[in-house]
Amino acid sequence: MQDALSRRRFVLSSATGISAAWVATHWPAILAAADHAHRAAQAASPPKLAVLTTEQATEIEAIASQIIPTDDGPGAREAGVIYFIDRALKTFASSQNGAVADGIAQVQEKTKELFPGVTKFSAASSEQQIAVLKAMENTPAFGLFRFHTVCGFLADPSRGGNRNEIGWKLIGFDSSHAFQPPFGYYDKDYPGWQPSGGDKK
Amino acid sequence: MRQAGPKYKSSDEVDFVIVGSGAAGGVLAKELSTNGFRVVVLEQGPYLTPEQFDHDELHVSFQNALTNDPQKQPNTFRKTPQDKASRQPVVNYGCCVGGSSVHFTANYWRFHEIDFIERSKRGPIPGTGFADWPITYADLEPYYTKVDWEVGVSGLAGASPFDPPRSKPYAYPPLPVKSSGVIFERAARKLGWHPFPAPMAILSKAADGRGACVHCGFCVEFGCEVGAKSSSLASVIPLAERTGRCEIRPNSYAFRVEANDRGRVTGVTYFDAQKQQQFQKAKAVVLSANGAETPRLLLLSASKLFPNGLANSSGVVGKYLMPNGNHEVFGVFEHPLNDYKSVVVSRVLHDFYELDPKLGFYGGGGLDARFDTTPVSFGLGSFFGGLPKDIPTWGRAYKSALREYFTCTMGIFCHGTSLPVESNSFSLDPGLKDAWGLPALRVTYTDHPDDLKNITYLKDRALEIFEAAGARKTWHAPIQETQVFYHLLGTCRMGNDPKTSVINADHRAHDVPNLFLCDGSSLVTSGRGQPTMTIQALAYRAADRITALAKHGDLDA
Repeated sequence: MQDALSRRRFVLSSATGISAAWVATHWPAILAAADHAHRAAQAASPPKLAVLTTEQATEIEAIASQIIPTDDGPGAREAGVIYFIDRALKTFASSQNGAVADGIAQVQEKTKELFPGVTKFSAASSEQQIAVLKAMENTPAFGLFRFHTVCGFLADPSRGGNRNEIGWKLIGFDSSHAFQPPFGYYDKDYPGWQPSGGDKK
Repeated sequence: MRQAGPKYKSSDEVDFVIVGSGAAGGVLAKELSTNGFRVVVLEQGPYLTPEQFDHDELHVSFQNALTNDPQKQPNTFRKTPQDKASRQPVVNYGCCVGGSSVHFTANYWRFHEIDFIERSKRGPIPGTGFADWPITYADLEPYYTKVDWEVGVSGLAGASPFDPPRSKPYAYPPLPVKSSGVIFERAARKLGWHPFPAPMAILSKAADGRGACVHCGFCVEFGCEVGAKSSSLASVIPLAERTGRCEIRPNSYAFRVEANDRGRVTGVTYFDAQKQQQFQKAKAVVLSANGAETPRLLLLSASKLFPNGLANSSGVVGKYLMPNGNHEVFGVFEHPLNDYKSVVVSRVLHDFYELDPKLGFYGGGGLDARFDTTPVSFGLGSFFGGLPKDIPTWGRAYKSALREYFTCTMGIFCHGTSLPVESNSFSLDPGLKDAWGLPALRVTYTDHPDDLKNITYLKDRALEIFEAAGARKTWHAPIQETQVFYHLLGTCRMGNDPKTSVINADHRAHDVPNLFLCDGSSLVTSGRGQPTMTIQALAYRAADRITALAKHGDLDA
């Protein structure tokens, strides 16, 4: 890991034309955070839940897994979105604990209403779960779960979700935080700036 | 390396107190301290250094790491003076040393000659305060050049046939083109238009202890860790501190400019980090607190001698608010652009800077090719971007679209004029207080119909470019009334007539001889977006004028 950090510092200093020492004092916060996130994401044992009960976590994870499902590739579940949400509810979103508990109750209520006999969202079939969320997609409760799921999937892994950068890999975001041109397909063969002929209209 | 400035006692009478350390305040601090004056800069936000910046979207975009906190400083909004204002976050600005220049996009085109004389050229527009500036482009040109070279702007002189005359080329070569820029350039040329490399306040080469851009892609909303983005924090504030005469005092929330019974200001009262009241004495005061907080501070400083607010005998303090019309159109292409990398904008177009009056409305604008959406904002679908509205917001189709769109999408941003309308304003809310017990900022705003027609016209040009470029699909939000205000312009306008303006061409308050105002509030017209370059040129010029007055003894009591 230290090697990776040094290598990136070297690349940065050659790219920016500033000394490696300068980069070492000014740039490492980002790289250190990225490396820390990377390390955390690779840790073998899953973190423990701090706020959510196992039952709540099971329900929320089932909801999150419908918002960003696991198909031929990993989704919210594999990205550890639930750990992001648990940490959020302990920290910056602690005021939303009540709303989350309420939201779970509403989802369970709707599940029972549409599918009598099914008392837990996580116990419903995938088709049933989709029907429940479809019926709720314009409610604040659904909005809350969607917000936290998307954040947990795509936010910096240091926040507890987006494990192994699953979310970033899905969308094609490279987390190197330092690039050189060409950046994409269309600027690869750009011949350089040429003035356009003719006067202004 | 940063070298901290001196620490003055608040009882020391310094030469200048400057409120605000952003684009204008930073320049004034550097210029006045370099010219030998003792300066205290009061900044309401913290003094963050580059190693405290991060790329964590939740911290920066959702927890206001660098911007004002609407919980602590709430706003209210109403459409007309007849309506009751309701609480909602409407004004967004930087809240740290460097102000909004820390998190800005860094688009840095100059205003054109027409912007300063458009009222004369075009005639009056009923229902507005459309006016000429008391200065011209030629007056400001040397100061634009100073911004290019001292603050640091990258670009290519002569690349746009519409550019106003310049006395020197840009200080740094243009930044590399992005895929969005190539697509935009090729399509616009097909249409016979004249795209050019974007002038950006971001260093393409290392200089003066600042790094060159590393193309990390975290520009707008974020602070720059390598000092490449030319915030006042990275550029002029270190120069101010190095003079040994300028103290930057963070966590200092100015709320009253004090005046004596002779109508001269004596200093500024502020809350320190512990919410204790402090008073900094000064021979003269400069407000560069931004287009919202400068008028608010004047209104908060009402007194027996100045019952309508300080420097407000005209009654126009806070009025003629202009936010710049703005709208973004998106397009998705077949191959990855990876436009999340590097600076936001690499190509700009000024063919529509001045629209033909025969179109039936006043307006004009610039278009740029860009991508300004980070992963979480893209996934959530924010004000600035995300997936097309016809794509589901969750489930398998949503997930596939995230995969398909993020790297292949770009935007064309339309920047347009706002007309100065008197009732569009910042004022003090009579019912709501901020966390310090001060009246909250109230916004009254209804878009002038021409501004909406103008932005619609520009949006249609953006769609033409996407069509010429062969975009697989395009989308945009409906044209809407302005609801969030980023550009805070015109609210203490400059002019020769004390009855219709707040400051004169020297940025001196008509009513108070030792009070100066310089920031977005000074603008007479809105330009076509991208006001910061002009705000900084004004600040350099104001510093020259203020220095001349002070050296001449004009500021002595």
